[in-house]
Amino acid sequence: MLAVVDYGMGNLRSVAKALAHVAPRERIVVTSDAADIRAAARVVLPGQSAMPGTMAGLMRSGLRDAVVEALRERPFLGVCLGLQVLFDMSEEGPTECLGVVPGRVRRFREADLVTPARERLKIPHMGWNRVRQTMPHALWSGIPDGARFYFAHSYHPVPADPAVTAGTTDYASPFTCAIAQANIFAVQFHPEKSQRAGLRLLANFVTWDPRS
Amino acid sequence: MSLARRVIPCLDVAGGRVVKGIRFVDLKDAGDPVETARRYDAEGADEIAFLDIRASVESRGLLYGMIEAVADQVFIPLTVGGGVATLDDIRALLNAGADKVSINTAGVRDPTLFRAASERFGAQCIVAAIDARKCAVDQWQVWIHGGRTPTGIDAVDWACEVVAQGAGEILLTSMDRDGARHGFDLKLTRAVADAVDVPVIASGGVGSLADLVDGVVEGGADAVLAASIFHYGEYTIGAAKAAMRAAGIEVRD
Repeated sequence: MLAVVDYGMGNLRSVAKALAHVAPRERIVVTSDAADIRAAARVVLPGQSAMPGTMAGLMRSGLRDAVVEALRERPFLGVCLGLQVLFDMSEEGPTECLGVVPGRVRRFREADLVTPARERLKIPHMGWNRVRQTMPHALWSGIPDGARFYFAHSYHPVPADPAVTAGTTDYASPFTCAIAQANIFAVQFHPEKSQRAGLRLLANFVTWDPRS
Repeated sequence: MSLARRVIPCLDVAGGRVVKGIRFVDLKDAGDPVETARRYDAEGADEIAFLDIRASVESRGLLYGMIEAVADQVFIPLTVGGGVATLDDIRALLNAGADKVSINTAGVRDPTLFRAASERFGAQCIVAAIDARKCAVDQWQVWIHGGRTPTGIDAVDWACEVVAQGAGEILLTSMDRDGARHGFDLKLTRAVADAVDVPVIASGGVGSLADLVDGVVEGGADAVLAASIFHYGEYTIGAAKAAMRAAGIEVRD
């Protein structure tokens, strides 16, 4: 069973639908029940909305502990806020997060978003951007380096240890858009909305064995 | 800069079907939304916009089912608008599978709706739809109720206001150009794109592929939206992107 964690923040349908599309024989459960998360072989933590509500939702739903357990031992995929919430803290709020991956989440600074051609980039970073794969990983299998994924965010992760960075994207300057740490893979972009490349990443997750 | 400019086909829908007409009159059934959305996806659309032009209670119920059916098969972002008035409307559309929801008339009546919505659901999924009509040299006024009611509000000022309230994107339609097929109102697009720091989608008036190029290069739009040129098979999304690429614009393959 694959559990998509539902902590009351809406639009989880997209992730569940995309997973069902790539893994029609897999049992996919969108759940707010800690027992389901503990029983699941794989866990996906999706995220949209805003960080203060995300953390509050995890605490209120009583799912925080079950999620942290899954993060320690089972194949785990974080998406968007589901990546950001893994860090120590986010500037959005600010909010203290799960602290599973050392580092922080910061807002794009307008001053940093001026290109050499003096073009001013927009916030949110919204649309299809190239992802450079900075390490080989099972979840990149079959996806061309530099493939475009769909992004929609104003905050981005800054890992304390650059070695966890699995992918970067340029938005005036490069930022970490994917991280890998043992059984955890997490992405800032939305694989469920990134057509072929995104579906491939989800398919890779469904068969991923972090021990191999 | 490797972020691609987006090409967004727009589908007018009513009662869960795609319809076409000249600005809300002479509506004709123009096809199955799932089939149409699949075709655009296959052609390389970066996003698909749905506008519920009836927005009645009955039509709304059918809209949810339609969005669910599209989201089952199309894995690119879906933006849905038309008659969105409350946080419950937004939640229901997001739960049906919309990724972004556009707010128009209700946001003019109560601008705090943008703030409440972006705090609840995140700015990245709250789009302010602005229908603007020229009222003087280099001045445009916001119209509501599907372009039937003038508000007296300056469109550029309003764009700044909705961003301050928390909108994450602006869908800017020129009422003067909509359906005219002479190209975007580039001055309007440029004025709004320069005034705000969120992405701006240009809409209204596309009649040729060169118009899409102009929207980005001259208008400064982050994304270009068109309905009829794609809908009737005049041009494919792929042809649109080829034209933009040839003009030096970065687009998704």
